[in-house]
Parts: sequence; structure tokens; C-alpha cells
Amino acid sequence: MAQVVVEGLRKTYRVAVREPGAWGAIRGLARRRWREIEALAGVSFAIGTGELVGFIGPNGAGKSTTIKILSGILRPSGGACEVDGLVPWRDRIRHVARIGVVFGQRTQLWWDLPVIDGFDLLRDIYRVDPARYRRTRDELVGLMRLGPLLDQPVRQLSLGQRMRCEIAAAMLHEPRLLFLDEPTIGLDAPAKLAVRELVGTLNRERGVTVVLTTHDMQDIEALARRVIVIGKGVILADEPLDAFRAGVLAERRVVADFAGEAPRIAIPGVEERAREGRSLELAFDPARIAAPALIAAIAADYPLEDIRVVQPQIEEVIARFYDLHGAGEA
Amino acid sequence: MLRPYLAVLSARFQLVLQYRAAALAGFATQCWWGGMKVLIYSAFYAGARAAPMSFAHTVSYTWLGQAFLMFLPWYADPEVADMVRTGAVAYERLRPVDAWGWWYARALAWTAARIAPRAGLMFVTAAVIMPLVGLGRWGLRLPADGAAVALFCAAILAAALLSATMTVLLNVVVAASLTDRGANAFAAPISIVLSGSLVPLAFFPHAFVPFLRLQPFAGLIDTPFRVWNGELAGLNAVGAIGLQLAWTLVLGILGRCAVESVMSRVQVQGG
Ligand SMILES: Nc1ncnc2c1ncn2[C@@H]1O[C@H](COP(=O)(O)OP(=O)(O)OP(=O)(O)O)[C@@H](O)[C@H]1O
Ligand SMILES: [Mg+2]
Repeated sequence: MAQVVVEGLRKTYRVAVREPGAWGAIRGLARRRWREIEALAGVSFAIGTGELVGFIGPNGAGKSTTIKILSGILRPSGGACEVDGLVPWRDRIRHVARIGVVFGQRTQLWWDLPVIDGFDLLRDIYRVDPARYRRTRDELVGLMRLGPLLDQPVRQLSLGQRMRCEIAAAMLHEPRLLFLDEPTIGLDAPAKLAVRELVGTLNRERGVTVVLTTHDMQDIEALARRVIVIGKGVILADEPLDAFRAGVLAERRVVADFAGEAPRIAIPGVEERAREGRSLELAFDPARIAAPALIAAIAADYPLEDIRVVQPQIEEVIARFYDLHGAGEA
Repeated sequence: MLRPYLAVLSARFQLVLQYRAAALAGFATQCWWGGMKVLIYSAFYAGARAAPMSFAHTVSYTWLGQAFLMFLPWYADPEVADMVRTGAVAYERLRPVDAWGWWYARALAWTAARIAPRAGLMFVTAAVIMPLVGLGRWGLRLPADGAAVALFCAAILAAALLSATMTVLLNVVVAASLTDRGANAFAAPISIVLSGSLVPLAFFPHAFVPFLRLQPFAGLIDTPFRVWNGELAGLNAVGAIGLQLAWTLVLGILGRCAVESVMSRVQVQGG
């Protein structure tokens, strides 16, 4: 059952054009000129209950705009969208009560309040039953290891500590659908791992549907089974992560270790991608040479010690994909 | 029903109450201005043949004006202005609450928390300490009877409710213009004059006074203080409080329509 349905969604921002210089500013007072920015040019997709979807694309592609519309805080210029049968911007109050949202660049907790007081405030805002709230809160506090942070005012927290609190805050009312807009931005490696673990757990064990935008492809690799790629306001790809990877980079890779300096290898359909001392990364086209044949060919002619089939780094896949579609920054 | 609004009201009230330095500094300035005004009035009354209010009433009105100065909608809620500028106002739309009620609860808490300590200190200073040290003639006189006190409390409560509707309207202007400069520039001069904070409304030219007392700003300062002084008593006082509440309702409804239309258009910045 589709939980989120988006059809032909369009959003055009109108921005005032400022002419340079003082004279321009004065003229601008009398008559404003406007310029239109098409952030979404007809976006359609559907997301089923319990899915975890990576929503990716270069800067300015329209990811945050889509998330804002889906979460009911922005009205689109055209197209339709339903979440759990509600139109987000029209049924805003009922809609937002059922979803959780985290914008990585903002804080939703009160800056001057201790974390725990901010949580209590959210309990009342979402009218959560107190006993149920205590259970959920304690669970989240355990999961995100927030115990020692609870008494600190939010403004004293480090970015990573705050982000863990933010995600917990978005889950206090037990939403079935979570929108995460760059939740790992600016976090160090352990904090990123903690966030990934939490999001993964919420999705797997609680069946929470998650829509995740990020520029960190490790997030996608660790969490998403499906990716939706957007560029310049249109959907460029929407498929399972594996299919996406295979489609962009048809080549496959092996890493071979040799006894001694890695040799130059000349086999038709095989290219060298990287070399480092005794090991060599090779790309091959499975249509021209099959993996077993390749391995046999190498082993026959060179002092092979070890060989493993690897997947191309997701960063590389994405960069290649953006190139192919001319989807660089708008 | 009211749970989210009461929760945010109490959270904000407690937070603002913590800014003790701000309250003390404000109190000091307000004492200074109160003292200056009282001196000016004593000079004026020494020469005046017919004044629209007795000296004692004018002095009480002045001290009360300093105590409750924060009823004036000087500026939009700085928290809201801040959120509009940074785009954090997005999160406001993510809460399952009525946008007007949400801002209203916060405005009310903000006003009340700034007034409570200052009014308390001002009362002790002008009504208790000044008479004790022999300055009673220039101090705050208490209302004539219990009925006046009760009516005054009602009028102050109504003034707080009214003041918060004005703050929300200013918030709306800020949200629509994406800056707090415009709204704050016009709010202060208008409200200081029309509320009676600069000079009691009775001091304006005779012909204007009845009209001045009908406009909403009178409900912030002039109405409750005339109740305190006993100029408005019994049914007159009840009627004046009714007018305060009527304005609260009108401005509240106006604000609610405005908030909905502005917030649905406001384009959340950044992200
Ligand atoms: N409030 C706004 N006013 C005008 N233009 C805007 C506004 N918000 C976004 N835009 C424009 O709309 C386009 C899409 O922006 P959006 O924030 O959705 O991109 P994004 O995919 O989230 O990018 P990033 O990865 O950099 O966060 C951009 O060209 C941006 O400049
Ligand atoms: Mg973004």
C-alpha cells in the first residue's frame, strides 16, 4: 500500500530581483521585479509503507523543496500529493501530527531549554499519553545514548549530540513516517554511525517509513534499498539501489593481490582502475568476459595470491550518473 | 484541547522569567522615567489652574504606567522575528497546533513574564517604600476599596489578553515582510501615544478624549489605571473592561485570519 503518493508536483519560487547599486535599490522600492525559479518541474513517485528510500541529487536539485511540501509546510504550485490519504498543506494539523521531520540544518528543540524539558514540551504539543511518552522517551534515550545530555540546555550541545536529540525528538509521538533532510550533515564518523543505526532500527523493527536525503553516499549504502534521484526538479532515476548501481556502471570490479609487484595485465575487455603496491583493481565488462574466465586467465599467467569481486564505490556511481545527466549544480 | 498552548505558555513564562538582569535593568530605567515624569507633573500642577485629573491620580497613573509598560506592543515577539529570519519558522508549521493560538500563547507568556517582576518591584517601591521614607505625596496611592482592586485585576488581565493579540498582529507583519524593522518602527510611537503611556489620555484636547478612549490601545494603559484611580467604577468599569475584551476578540479574529493567510504563503527560507 502506497503511503506517499506524489503526482506531477511542481514548485516555482518567486524571488525579487535586486538591481545593483543604490539607484537600483531605490527603483526597487517603487517597482519590484520578480524572477521565477522552477525548483520542481513535475515530480512523481510513490512510497510504500515500511520502505526506506534514499532521496538524492546534487545541490539545488529540489530535495528540500519536496520534503517541505510532503511535510505540509510549503504549498506547491501544481500537482498532487497525498500522504496517508491526507493532502499535507490542506490538512496540515492532522497531517503533521502523524509524521516526524528532521532538517539537519535546523533545530526544533528550544535553544534555551534543557533537552528533557524540550521533550516534555513536545509531549504536550503532540498530546501524547504520559505513560506511553515515558516508555517511548526512555527507549529513544537508550537507543541514542542521550542519558548524560538530558539536563543540558540545547545550545550547549555539540552538533552530533544535538542531532541525536533532534531525531529522538522527532520520534517522541511515534510517527509512522519520518522525513530526514540531511540528518548526518556535519557529523563525525561515530555520530554518523549512531544516526544510521537508529534510523535503520526504527525502519526495521518499528516499520517506520523513512525518506532520507543526504549527500553522504555511505548513508545511502548503509540504509536505503531504493533510491530516487532528482536533478534540476525532475526525477532522473527511481529504482532499487543495486539496479541503479548496475545501470550506471555496467562494469564490474575485481581486486587482485599478487606475490610481488602488481603486473600490467593485457586481457581484452579488462581495464586497470587503480594500483597500489602488490594489489590491482581491475574493471571488466561482464558481456565480454565472465568473472570465472577472467580469474582463470589472471591466475594462469601471473602469481596471483588473492582475488575478490568488489562493487564500485557509490560516490563514483553517483558522480558518473550526475555527469551522464548533466545534473550538476543548478 | 488547550494542552499544547498551556504547555508552551508555561515554558516560555519560566524561560523569560530567568532573565533577571534584563528585568532589573528595565526596572531601573522605568524608575528613572517615572521619577522624571512625576517631577514634571509637580511643576505643571504648581502652575496649572484646571487640570483634567487630580495630582494624586496623575502620579498613580504614571507609576502604574511604568509598572505595566510592557503591555505596549513595542515590537513583535523577538523569538518569532528570529525564526522568520533564519527560516526556523518552518518548524512552527510542523506542529499540530493552530498557528494563531500558538503565537498567542507565547506572546502572552512573554508579556506576563516581563511584567510580573517589574510590576512587583515597582509596586513595592512606589506604594510601600516611598510613603515610608516620606515621599508619599509623589508615590502610588492604593485604590479606594476592595471592589476597585477586584475590578483593577480584571482590567489588567484583559489588558494582558489584549496586548498579546497586538503582538501576534506584529508577528504577522514580520512574517509577511520577512524582517522586523518595518513593524517595530511604527508600533512603538503609535502605541506609546494612543495608550496613554506618554501622557494620560485625559490630557488630550477635550473633543478627542471620548474617541481616544474607544480605540484599542486605550485598553492597555488608560482603562486599567482609571479603574485603579476609581474614575471608572461599578458599571462604568465593567463596561470599559467589556470594551477591552471586545477589542481582544476583534483583533484576535483579525490576527487569526491574517496568520493563516500569511503562513500558508510564507516561503520557508533555506534548506
Ligand atoms: N525560499 C526560496 N526562495 C527562492 N528560491 C528557493 C527557495 N528555496 C529553494 N529555492 C531554490 O529552489 C531550488 C531547489 O532548492 P532545494 O532547497 O529544494 O534544493 P536541495 O535539493 O535541497 O539542495 P541541497 O542539496 O543544496 O540542500 C534551488 O535552485 C533553490 O535556489
Ligand atoms: Mg536541501
